[in-house]
Amino acid sequence: MNQAILLSSGAENIDFMIHGLYKFQLFGQTVYITTTHVCTFIIMAFLVIFSFVVRAKMKHATEVPKGFQNVMEMMVDALDGMVESSMGRWAPKFVNYISTIFVFILLSNISGLLGLRPPTADYGVTFPLGVMTFILIHFNQFKHQSGKKIWTDMCSPLPPWLPIWLPINLISEIAVPISLSLRLFANILSGTVMMALIYGLLGKIAVIWPAALHVYFDLFSGAIQTYVFCMLTMTYITQACESDD
Amino acid sequence: MNITGAELIKAFSAIGAGLAVIAGIGPGVGQGIAAGHGASAVGRNPGASGKIMGTMLLGQAVAETTGLYGLLVAMLLLFVQPLS
Repeated sequence: MNQAILLSSGAENIDFMIHGLYKFQLFGQTVYITTTHVCTFIIMAFLVIFSFVVRAKMKHATEVPKGFQNVMEMMVDALDGMVESSMGRWAPKFVNYISTIFVFILLSNISGLLGLRPPTADYGVTFPLGVMTFILIHFNQFKHQSGKKIWTDMCSPLPPWLPIWLPINLISEIAVPISLSLRLFANILSGTVMMALIYGLLGKIAVIWPAALHVYFDLFSGAIQTYVFCMLTMTYITQACESDD
Repeated sequence: MNITGAELIKAFSAIGAGLAVIAGIGPGVGQGIAAGHGASAVGRNPGASGKIMGTMLLGQAVAETTGLYGLLVAMLLLFVQPLS
């Protein structure tokens, strides 16, 4: 009887998958426009409109900030401080990129609160973010370090004329974007699945208390994972930039 | 009662998913150790609690990754069913 009440909404209501909304043919392939695209575009539209509004407001900014300007300056200051504290003298070059992905990932993660399916719960979104970090790391490595130093690092525990350890180091380099993207993906996906299970299985009694779970899974977990992603990206890039030899 | 091969694979996929999330034990222990050391660090130096908090959360989130791999394997076994 208990089970009948709990499961009365039925297992078929559980829904956390990505759905194809519209499909078309492109070069002989069937390409789907999925919920991920739609949610990403909603977030992008929000960010673009928001930035235009802020830009319009900032046209007549005052010397002593108040109200809206104050909040915006606090946000920019916080992002600047975060990048500054972990990148040091390389911060001015990367603050724009890091701030952009920070705001995008944060909004994606907490969009589960608004009933969207978080775009970061799709591996097709987080993997490109990881690949972008990977490209930035290696671009800056080749820019700031000599080829000899990179080769010595790659053979690191053994001397450079004995590259036995090279494959292991290569694998650990390739593991960086994969582990970065899987961490973000799995965290947000687990939150999405949990909430879908709660709303799907306990539909009748899930009235107010899921709000506490939303705070944990969407707000807390999302913010932490955003911070971790940006922090690790900054650490790796700073490591690649240092050429003190 | 006849059990077909496909049903058997589904049943074992479910068991495998259950076994895969045992991977959550490791990160649980690791995060607990990190939180304990964070608490003792705050006790020794309460002024640096903000910095300790940030470092602790970062380390915990990184330690969580291995558990999440287990979760991903369980998810794949349950919902994608690559074996059937």
